[in-house]
Parts: sequence; C-alpha cells; structure tokens
Amino acid sequence: MKCRVCKEPAVIDIRRHNANFCAEHFLRLCRDQVARAVKDFDMVQPGDRLLVAVSGGKDSLAVWDILRELGYDADGLYVGLGIGGYSDESGRITRAFAEQRGWPLQVIDLREAYGYDVPTAAKVTKRVPCSACGLSKRHLFDQAAVDGGYDAVVTGHNLDDEAAVLFGNTLRWQTDYLARQLPVLPARHGFPRKVKPLVRLGEREMAAYCVLRGIDYIVEECPMAAGNKHLGYKEALNAIEAQSPGSKQAFYFGFLDRAQAHFASAVPTPERIDAADLTTCSSCGAPSSGEICAFCFLVQRTAGAQPVALTVKGSS
Amino acid sequence: MAVVKVQLRNPTRTIDVPGPVSIVALLQRLELDRETVLVIRGGTLVPGDAMLDDRDEIEIRPVISGGAA
Repeated sequence: MKCRVCKEPAVIDIRRHNANFCAEHFLRLCRDQVARAVKDFDMVQPGDRLLVAVSGGKDSLAVWDILRELGYDADGLYVGLGIGGYSDESGRITRAFAEQRGWPLQVIDLREAYGYDVPTAAKVTKRVPCSACGLSKRHLFDQAAVDGGYDAVVTGHNLDDEAAVLFGNTLRWQTDYLARQLPVLPARHGFPRKVKPLVRLGEREMAAYCVLRGIDYIVEECPMAAGNKHLGYKEALNAIEAQSPGSKQAFYFGFLDRAQAHFASAVPTPERIDAADLTTCSSCGAPSSGEICAFCFLVQRTAGAQPVALTVKGSS
Repeated sequence: MAVVKVQLRNPTRTIDVPGPVSIVALLQRLELDRETVLVIRGGTLVPGDAMLDDRDEIEIRPVISGGAA
C-alpha cells in the first residue's frame, strides 16, 4: 500500500475515498476535512470562543485536538456521570489529556454538584440511562457555554454517528427530528450554537487519528449504552458500507443536500417557535417551556435517592 | 510453531494465532470486518497488506462505539 499523496508506505486505507495514506498525510486529511466542514457549514466565525464537550472518547479528544491545531480558541468541558469505573477512567484520561497540553478544562461532577448520578437517575425516572445522561449533558453544556461567554458548543459527532441517527429517524419517519438534523444548530433563545466539525470523518478515521497522534482515549464505550438501538443502526449501515463503500457518506450528505430542507420547511422547528413560548426556569434561569426546566426537575426527583449500584446491560 | 499474539477488546483478552499471516487473512479468520477495527503494533497502525510474523504482538481495536473485537 502506497500513500496517495507521497507514494511512501501507507498505514491506512480509506475505502470510500479509494485511497491509502501515510501517517503524515492522513493527519493532514483529517484536519482538512474538519476545516472544510467548518467552512462549508459556516460553523465558526473569526474570534469565536468554543467550548468542546469532552468525554474521554476518541471523537471528542480528536475534535479538540484538531480545532486547536487549526488555531481555534477551544476549551473543554467534562461532565462526570458517575457510571462506576467507566466514568473514573474517562475522567482520568480527559484530565491527563488537558493537563499534558495545558488546555483549559472545566469539570462538573454530577453527584458532587447536583446530588445524583446517571444510574440513580435511570432508576428513579424508570427510563433508559441514555435519557438522563443526554438531558444532563445538554443542559450543563448549554449552561456552561452561556455562563462562560462561549459562542458555540462543539461535539464530537462523526459521520457514522450522524448517519446512524439519520437512519433511525428515517426508519420511524420522525419528521421533527429530521427537520433539525444539521451539522450546525444556530443559537436561539438563550441556547448556544451547536456545531459538529467531524461530520466529514468516519469513526475508523477518528480512532486512527488518535492512534497516530498518540492520544490515549477510552476504548471501551459506556457500559450502560451496550446493545442500544443506535449501535444496531451502525452495524446495519456498516454491513451496507462493506458491500458499497461510500454509502454512509452518500446517505448523510445526500440528505443534507436534497432532503433536509423539505422537512425543515414542513415542521415547526424550535428555531421557528416564537420566543414567547419559552419562559425562564425559576430554579436555574435556563430557557424552559415550564416553570422549571427538565434538568432541574430531574435534580428534584433524584434528591435524596439512594445511590444505585451500576447495572450493566449486556455485560459478560 | 510460530504464533502471533493478538489482543482483542470488549472484553479484553489475548489469543495466539498461527503465523505467518496477513492482516487481511487474520481478520477473515476472526470474522471481523476490516472497516470496523484498527490493527495496532508498537503504537502505530498496521496496514491491511502487512504480514504478521513470529513474535509479533498486535492489538485489534474496535472503532465502533460499543463494538467488540
């Protein structure tokens, strides 16, 4: 295998590009793809301050690294979810990553700051752990961005993530979700802008980027997410991709180019709902459709609950 | 007999595979999709056309979030 650019020995093949790359040119490709996504989707304005939602996984550490390499002003925020040893390890890795580079990292521990953790919230609410986890992270990232004067929250969603979400939304024709599945969600009514600079890069590329950059990341994914629908969608799409390389990219970018606008014009997305429909949470001050926001309601519901031992779905 | 030590993930375990063997043949033998894993040796990536020899120690790392190898 030879690098497409320099003809030196390659270390990775990317079938959807029908190309092989050496380490140097693969890393350059990743940076170029992020720069192109940022430009094409108008994600960042000159002088913007970015807050990267960092989990200790490959995607969030890679996007932080790439944005810094590209010269952006990007700080990190890590939320400790209290998912046993998994959270302990992901927190250790994230702190070490930031400390080694001298990059600002804010850490919020759910139990220390709000008196609950994700396994306990899942039991109290009788819902899947991903529900409480997503709600908590969205709220805390939004709040930290607003309080810290950041212009946008950056997440590490990659092409595989977005294609899998699109696949799930399409299977069930969830038109409200399809209407707002974009690489950029503009700021609105007290919510910061959300951007996904990795949409042009696949999961394998992000793992390869971390290996070649010497970035230590948590390889094991969240034990509470094992066996979820999202993973099933990824496996289905990978089976298609194996037969027809480039399918995931064509699916996702074809949607953005030729379909998303139809859903956006047909469904009243949050961006089009009048600000008068939102009030302010009486507890935390965040935008809310009720007297208190969903996050503060979760904090109230979990108050005083006995912490539960971690139960792992699909563990061996 | 020559063996290649292969570390797999989720759960982490090590197996011995008869060598020499190419990466492509190894992944086929383990029934793994090349697009869902990376092969790592000595902290760097091993390309698909590489041959693994006696005393090689590699890691096969899943790249799908939550995936196994």
